[in-house]
Order: sequence, then structure tokens, then C-alpha cells
Amino acid sequence: MTSAETLPRPARLNDYLAYPDSHGRFGDYGGRYVPETLMPLVLRLEQAYEAARDDAEFQAELGGYLSTYVGRPSPLYFARRLTEHFGGAKVYLKREELNHTGAHKINNCMGQILLARRMGKTRIIAETGAGQHGVATATVCALFGLPCVVYMGAVDVERQAPNVLRMNLLGAEVRPVTSGASTLKDAMNEAMRDWVTNVGDTFYIIGSAAGPHPYPMMVRDFQRVIGVETRAQLLEAEGRLPDALVACVGGGSNAIGMFHPFLNDESVKMFGVEASGDGMHTDRHAAAINGGRPGVLHGNKTYLLQNADGQITEAHSISAGLDYPGIGPEHAWLSDVGRVRYLTATDEDALEAFKLCARLEGIVPALESAHALARLPEVCAEVGKDGIVVLNLSGRGDKDLATVAARMGIGLTGVAG
Amino acid sequence: MTATPAGGRIKARFEALARENRAGFVAYVMAGDPEPGTAMRILHGLPAAGADLIELGIPFSDPMADGPPIQRAALRALAAGMTLAGVFDLVGKFRETDTVTPIVLMGYLNPILSVGFEAFAAAAATAGVDGLIAVDCPPEEADPLADALDRHGVDLIRLATPTTDDARLAIVTRRTRGFVYYVSVAGVTGAKAAVAVDVAPAVARVRAASGLPVAVGFGIRTPEQAAAIAQVADAAVVGSAFVDAIADAMSEGADPAARVLALAAGLGDAVRSARSSADG
Repeated sequence: MTSAETLPRPARLNDYLAYPDSHGRFGDYGGRYVPETLMPLVLRLEQAYEAARDDAEFQAELGGYLSTYVGRPSPLYFARRLTEHFGGAKVYLKREELNHTGAHKINNCMGQILLARRMGKTRIIAETGAGQHGVATATVCALFGLPCVVYMGAVDVERQAPNVLRMNLLGAEVRPVTSGASTLKDAMNEAMRDWVTNVGDTFYIIGSAAGPHPYPMMVRDFQRVIGVETRAQLLEAEGRLPDALVACVGGGSNAIGMFHPFLNDESVKMFGVEASGDGMHTDRHAAAINGGRPGVLHGNKTYLLQNADGQITEAHSISAGLDYPGIGPEHAWLSDVGRVRYLTATDEDALEAFKLCARLEGIVPALESAHALARLPEVCAEVGKDGIVVLNLSGRGDKDLATVAARMGIGLTGVAG
Repeated sequence: MTATPAGGRIKARFEALARENRAGFVAYVMAGDPEPGTAMRILHGLPAAGADLIELGIPFSDPMADGPPIQRAALRALAAGMTLAGVFDLVGKFRETDTVTPIVLMGYLNPILSVGFEAFAAAAATAGVDGLIAVDCPPEEADPLADALDRHGVDLIRLATPTTDDARLAIVTRRTRGFVYYVSVAGVTGAKAAVAVDVAPAVARVRAASGLPVAVGFGIRTPEQAAAIAQVADAAVVGSAFVDAIADAMSEGADPAARVLALAAGLGDAVRSARSSADG
């Protein structure tokens, strides 16, 4: 392998696993930029999480639910036809779409709701974009009998109607958010407002590895199971580590969960794929690292889409789950230090990859995951024929059928309408 | 060049209020709302209408601690072209005729970070800004901002809230100058009503910990509420009621400035007479 020439490396020997520091920072990113009303809460949450993390009983309880309820471990599948199609490296798919509720989101929700119970919280709130995190949150709330309010942009309520119905069936109240552009960013603002107003009894289950410390660390830790399993499964199947990992990044929880256990293995290249919507030559994209600059939003310092005056601009992507103007702070740092490379895929790229994966592997991926699939040709070519690439198939595409049908000009009466 | 009282306008104003044995009335308006011309007329008219201090909101696209009225005010101002440079321009013009009324900017960190802390502090001082409240910048994250503001003599004003216990209060009041802003309710602006009987002990606690005057805001809309708070605090802040007045006037085709200034006059009177009526 010749990764050393092509992979930019930090100036000094680094332990990537030593972050965040005690201030919740990944380099200059992260932190706790919340109104004072929330500060005592955020500090208590950090203490409670650290105590739970180090408690074998908590971990055993979580592990039990992950195996018997979520269905873990998820398989690591050798994608023979995709491999042949691209003609480069061997492609493995980490099948997070086979989890209960159809995406990786439930790994984190299960961890957070067990923590909420441990902290004596009696009401759960969440924000959702594509609805996958909302469904996962509503699911664990049903499981433990806790009331659940999910904030969802009114535009997303419309384009993800099946997931709204699913949340309602699970007993959650979905509150459409009409402020701003009525998408994920605005849903997160509204969830923060609810949290500020109901600090006593409410636990906010954030769905991505973003927000004030300890959320980026906590969500990452709950998603690390993806990378930890992948490592063991690939060692079993191939007797060695992968040459490259690929995952889509919106906020970036599936990607950081896959990447984190491999960060100190310098031979493993990592590629995050941002959504570039109509293309990076337009302003209609959702690529915070490739098209944004550092700023502060929703409790953390990270790369953000913003105008010259520091106003947050709207993200655009065919995939509701990537339609967010920021990215988790650990990704911002991993990009700056060169450990992970952040590529982009357009709406069109993602649609093509969506169809290709369905046809060649019999797997309908989420449009989010399709962004990662779209960059497989380049990644496979870079690591070469003898290489191994693992792609995190973070979710399944059933929820996206209406969106894809509309793009293809197909009427969908009775399927998802 | 404007003449600034020794120790700054905020200190001078609270000392004067103490001599008069009354609380101050703080009017919050969003800079550039509904558009720069009307916003300028509102700003110029507020001191005569009874505002002892002015809080000027820096419009931000994602104001997560604010309720719907102030969110909408920010969006109106942004749609009408307000920028951070525009905010400083507004303050600079105000200072051409008023060199004594303190102006405190209130906003979110990103527009400030975007221009840079040093450039922000320098421009604020030049324009005649006296203080800054950065809503999403808790003490743990504030040192670089506080350093820049210190270099230019702009007060960093901290928020204390119902969730701030004694241990936390010591952290919150460190490096705080001018006054402390006590957020009277756990919630967003304009959502719940402040209760004077709950606020009184909190104000006393914050005053003792900081040695500074305490202004109370977030749940005050009416002259009656303002008067009740004025009996227990050093100043009462009203915000959402003003931005609502602007929205109402616009929808009725009336002059927003006239509506805001009339409302300010009523609130100012209530605050000024609160302690004398309580005493008598």
C-alpha cells in the first residue's frame, strides 16, 4: 500500500482518539455555545454521560437492547457485483440499513434514551430531517413509554410523509416547523427553544454528532459500534484492515461512527461525502466543509454555510438527511488536520448511484447513503485492485421512493402518497 | 468624537438612577426593523419617550433563544438589508445627537465571529456602543471575546438565569461589567410572564455576587409587569412587545415608529413611578 504519499498527515504524531479535550473541543471546533439557561444542563449531561459510559451495567443494558431489539451486529457484506462493476478494489457494505427502523440512527437513540432514563428525565424531544432520526427516537420512546415530541421542518413533513405517519403510529407528536426555510436547521432551532423552556424534565435526543459538548462525543461513542463491528468482521473475512472507508456526511454521525475506531490506523484512508445538491458551482448545495467556513451554530463551532455577514444560508440537497448547513465538529477538525478527505456528490450523482445499487445488489439505499455510493468509482480506483473498501450503507431507501419517483417523472399513486 | 463619561455611559446611567432612587427602563429593539429609516427614527425617539438604556438586537438568521416575535423582527431586518456594518452605522448616527444614553448590542456569536472579535470590538467602540450581550456565548467560551472587548472599553454583559445556582453564579459574573442581565424565566424571549415575587430574591442574589446593577428581562410586556419588576430590580427590559408593535403597525398601515414610541412612553412612566407609588 502507498497511502503515505497521498494522505496528508498532521504535523506531529497524533492520538486521534484523545479528542475532544476537557473543554469539549476537537482542535478549535466543538465547545458549548448555548444560552446560559442550558449551561447547567449541558454540564450535568456531560457528567451523567461519563458516569454511564464507565458503568459496566449501563453498557451491558445497552448491548442487550442493541442485540435483541436493534438486531446488531449488522452484517458486513461483500458486494460482488458492485466490485465487478467498478473493476477496482473489493467493495464491502456495512449493512446499517438492516437495523430496526432502517438506519444507523437507532444506535444513538438507544444509548441516549437509556441515559435519559438514568437521569430521571420524563419527556423526550428530537429534531429530524429525513425523519429517520425522528422515527428512531419515536421508536425508543414507545419502547420505554416516554412522551415524545419531534420537530420537523414543514417542507420535510411534506417530502417524507411516510416517516411522519410512522412517527404518529409510534405515538410521537410531530410538530411541523415553519420558521426559516422549514427544514432541518429550523427544526433544530425549534427543538433548542423547547429545551430552554422545559429544562427541568426534558431530554433532547440530538440525532447527529453535532450540538454542544457532550453531544458530538456522546453520539459518536454510541455510533462507534459500526466501526468496531466492521473492524472485527473484516479481520474475520479478510484477515486485515480495510484500505479505505467511505460514508456520507450531513451532520456526520454514521461517518464518525464508522471512522473513529480506525482513526489511529494510518494505513486506512477515509472519505466523507458531502451533498453538493445542484453542484458546487451553484449556491444550492449542502457541503459545509467544501463550500463553507468556520462559525458557531446550534451549540458548536464548526464549518457552516453562511454569507459574508455571518448569516446562516440554506442548504440544498435531494436528501433531507443531508440538508443541513453545518457538520459535526470532529469532522471539521479531521478535515483541517487532513486525516479524512471530504468529497462531494450531486443530487444527480446520488440518484444514479441509488439506481445502480438497487439493480446490481438488490439493495435500495437511502438517498443519503447513495451519496457515498456515488464516490465509489474514485475511491476504488485510488486504492487499486488489491485494495478493500468498506462503505457504510447507513440507511434504506424506502422512505425516498416518492422523491425518486418525482425526479424520474413517475406518478406514485398508492405507493407513498 | 463623542464625550464618554468616566467609567462609561452604563456606569454613569446606573449611578444617576440610583441617585434618583428609581429603576431604569431598558427598551430592546431589533436593529434595522422594519427597515433602516424607520429603525433610525425609533432609535432617536426612544430616550425622549423614556428609555434609560437601549438594547439593540443584531439580527441573526437562527436566533435559538428567541421566540417568534423577535425571530420575525430579525428576518424583517435582514430582508431590508441590515448587516453588522449597518448596525454600527445606526449607532454612529444616534451618537451624533445623543452622547449619554447607553447602547448595548444583543445578539448571537456567529456574525461577531464572522467579522472577528478584535474588528468587532474596535468598530463597536468607534460607533459608540457601550456593551455587548452574546446570547450563545457562555463564560466557558467567552475569554477571546472578552479580551477584545476589554481592549476597546466595551462592557461584556452576562446573562444569569433561573437555572444559575450559586456555584455557577460565580462563574457567570466573572469578567462581567456594566450590569448583569437576569433572564427572569426559563424559556425564549416573550414566551412566559416574569413573576416579581420570584424575581426579587434572584435579583438580590445576583447583585450580591456581582456587585453590579441587575436588569431583568425576557417576560415583561405590560406597564404593570414593568412596574412590578422595577420595584425589585435595577432595570426592567421590554423587547417582544416592541417588535410586536412594529408588526401590528405594519399590518394596519400605521407608522411603526409612532406605535413603538407611544408604547415606550407608557412603559417608561410605569417604571419611573413604580417605587414612588410603592413607597406611597
